[in-house]
Formats: sequence, structure tokens, C-alpha cells
Amino acid sequence: MGNEDERQARTRGLAFTAKSQLMTADDVKRALWRMAHEIVERNHAVGTLSIIGLQTGGKEPAVALASILAEISGEPLSAGMLDVSFYRDDLSRNPLPTSSATDIDHDLTDRTVVLVDDVLFTGRTIRAALNALSDWGRPRAVQLAVLVDRGHRELPIRPDYVGKNLPTSQDEAIVASLDGVWIGTRTSS
Amino acid sequence: MIESIRGRSLLSLDDLSKEAIVEVLDTAESFVEVNRRSIKKVPALKGRVVASLFFEESTRTRLSFETAAKRLSADVLSLAVASSSVKKGESLRDTIATIDALGIDAVVLRHRSSGAAMQVSRYVPHVRVINGGDGQHQHPTQGLLDAFTIRQVLSEQRGTTGLESGSELFHGLKILIVGDIRHSRVARSDVAAYATLGAEVRICAPGTLLPDGVATWPVTVVHDVDEALAWADVVGLLRLQSERGSGAFVASLDEFTFTHGLTVERARLLKSEALIMHPGPMNRGVEIDSRVVDSSQAIVERQVSNGVPIRMAVLYLSVAGSREGQAQ
Repeated sequence: MGNEDERQARTRGLAFTAKSQLMTADDVKRALWRMAHEIVERNHAVGTLSIIGLQTGGKEPAVALASILAEISGEPLSAGMLDVSFYRDDLSRNPLPTSSATDIDHDLTDRTVVLVDDVLFTGRTIRAALNALSDWGRPRAVQLAVLVDRGHRELPIRPDYVGKNLPTSQDEAIVASLDGVWIGTRTSS
Repeated sequence: MIESIRGRSLLSLDDLSKEAIVEVLDTAESFVEVNRRSIKKVPALKGRVVASLFFEESTRTRLSFETAAKRLSADVLSLAVASSSVKKGESLRDTIATIDALGIDAVVLRHRSSGAAMQVSRYVPHVRVINGGDGQHQHPTQGLLDAFTIRQVLSEQRGTTGLESGSELFHGLKILIVGDIRHSRVARSDVAAYATLGAEVRICAPGTLLPDGVATWPVTVVHDVDEALAWADVVGLLRLQSERGSGAFVASLDEFTFTHGLTVERARLLKSEALIMHPGPMNRGVEIDSRVVDSSQAIVERQVSNGVPIRMAVLYLSVAGSREGQAQ
């Protein structure tokens, strides 16, 4: 399991117990390459893309995706990072998320933004990200790439590029990173 | 010991744990980034109401609190005390009750009486009270922003970031506070923050301007200013507070400057990389020479610009966070 995921789980006061591994690091890598090809196929001009990872789980996949896209297209491309803590609609319901840095070095107006996250679940993080993005300009289009789509959407949001569809039950937990994908349970530590 | 200010009032730094202080500093780092954006606003406190009650004059604290609340999308109720019923003799309790009846989530309070913020938090226990300075007691957000500024500047000098530094950087850091410590709520909050974070704190003042009960403070009292200046990594100066009667405690302003002011000659005793701080407003030529303020070692402007992100962090943690959420 990636250090990042362990850190995230710890800050929520939860420990992740893995039940089984669903994807290996190689599987994740192949999925990212396929997603990158799909992105190129759909957008043609890689130069107008902005790859934006959602802190903190989307950070590594976004960096990886940007470098694969740069390799495929031969054009330089780097990933930006977006922290959506201050845009969440569940601030007063849950423990405050630990905030981390937003790092977007260009205006997003008229660009095609590809949001990248590790796991797509209720869709509320993406809702928050869409609101946050509007403070950075008016993108021409926003697309969504996730390593894992585990279902249970609470909002009308769907991904454009998916590493793997994993039907899960509500009480299961998924950890996805470049190191692989695991299914298990979260327990209060 | 308070382990986190999430969902709580902020009345004093005395009872905050190291983790609670570091949490505020780390959160403020995110808000520094927000303040660099072209749209300097996030919706974290949308629909919340923050009342700003300043019973004592203030420029930077009031402005930075109100700016902070607005950048978090909170609605700000600002009471202009000079044109309010307070002038007709309305008591603090009744003023608070009136404002509470309008429906508020938080109060930022400045008052000339020590303990006023604590008192208000008892009147309205369901409202988060942020102490914006109470008499000679505490000025917690100033203490937090001073610690934040030190961490920020030293981290930059060491080629790292405040977030990575955590509280490590304060271990054994030599901090000297000079001046009117008796009347200074800033000194009390600074000392609490620095000592909790692990710094070694010394204070130096004319005997008359040392506080009663200084023996219980986590500091060493020193008397030789020159020696202390040569020792320090960071020097914090304080305003000589004539409105609180400092004038009666020193023979004359000139004498205070002569014995304890940071003059150009004295500033030469400082280590070349030592930092000079002042919470403002400054009496240029009294506790600090104008030329020293404008030197590269002085980080007074950084302190002022960090006022907004620190107060955003305090409001965000205190008002957006719920105590129930923490308990889950």
C-alpha cells in the first residue's frame, strides 16, 4: 500500500485492513497507459490539456498520467494539484479534512481539464473539485479520470476514463495507488 | 490541555498543546496559497455568521479578521462600538445577547478587560469565541502568526517549507522578547506559543515593566540587554503601551530607549542572520529605531501579511469544525 494512502487513512483516524489485492502495480501501469491513449484519442491536441490531480490520492496517478501523455505525444506536459478541502459540503458533518497545497501554475480558461483521482465513490469530492476549478478560470471542458470506480454515486457524476470498475458494498474500503489496488475494511484505530 | 481547536473557542494559547498549535500553522499554509490566487475566496464558511466586536481600537487585527472571514465566505457583522448602544452604557452581556439574538456562529472579540473573551464564552456557550486581544491577558492569533512567521522565514532560509519543518525548527531556537512585557498580551501569547513549540525563551525589560508572577512563566529573565541580543536567533520587540500607563513605569521615553530600545548601535550586536520582529503598531524611535525597522533582518511586514492566513486558519478550524465530528 502506498505511504500516501496510509497517511490519509491515519489522518481520518482509520486503519485499513486489506482483504485481497485486485490489481498489481503492473496492472495499474497498463491501465494508465490505456487511459492515456483514450485521452489522446478523444482530445487530439494534448497541448491544450491540463492534467489536475486531486490531493492527496490523485496526486501520483496524475503525475504518472501526465508523463505518459508527454511520452505518447512528444509534447511537454506536467500535472497540477488541486486541494478541495475548503469546498466540501460535509465540513460540518465529518472531521475536517487535512488540507494540502493547491498547485496550478496557469489559467485554466479555454483549456480541457482532466481531473484525476484514485477512487470514485459518492462523487462529492468531484462536485467540490468542479466548484474549486471555477476559481481558476473557465475551462472549455472538464473530464474525469479515476483509477477505480467503485459505484455508490450520490450525485449525477460519471467518469470519462476508468482504470477498473469494481462493484463494492458500502462498508468495504478500496485503496488504490500506483503500487496496486486493494479491497478491505476500515476500522477505527 | 486542548489537543485541537477544531470546533472550539480560542481564548488563550496557554492551554493549547503543541499539536493544536502546529495544526493551526499547517492549516495556515494552505491559506497562504489561497491568498495568492486571483480569486482569493473559498466557500468553507458559506452561510456562517461571524460577528466582529472591537471594544478597543485596532487597525490590523480587525481588518485582518474581517478579511479572513470574508475570504472564507462567512457573513461578517461588524459592530462599530463608537456609534453603538455601548456608548449609552449598555453592558457587555447585553450587547452580546443582542448580537446572539441575530443568529451568529462566532464572535471575534477585542476588549480592554483581561478575561473578557472567557466571560463572553460563558454568556453564549453555543457560539465560538475568538479572542482578538483582552486587556493584558492574551492575543492568541498574534502569538500564532508570530510563530508562523518565524517558521516560514527560517524554513525559506533552509530551503524547505513550513509544512516540512513542523515544530522541529523551534527545538532549542533562542528567542528573546524585549520591552514592555508587563502590559503586553502579545508577550504572553508569544511566550506560550514559543515555549510550547520547544523554543528557549528569554525576556528582558526594565524591572518596573516585568510582570508580576514572572517566575511561573516558562522563560528565563535576563537583565543585560546587549548580552541577550548577541545570544538570540530571534528578537521580538514590544510596543511601550502608554495607553495602559507604561509612562508611569519608566522615567522617560528617552531613558527607555537608552536602556532597552533597539537602536542602530545595539542592532550591530545581533547575529547577522538573527530576525527582528514587532507586532505593531510601532513607536519608531522609542522601542525600535526607524533604520532598524527598515533593515533586511526585520520581518515586520511578513508578520502583517501573515495575519490573514493565520486568522483564516483559526476561523476555519474553530467554526467549520464540529466537536461532534471530532469525537466520531
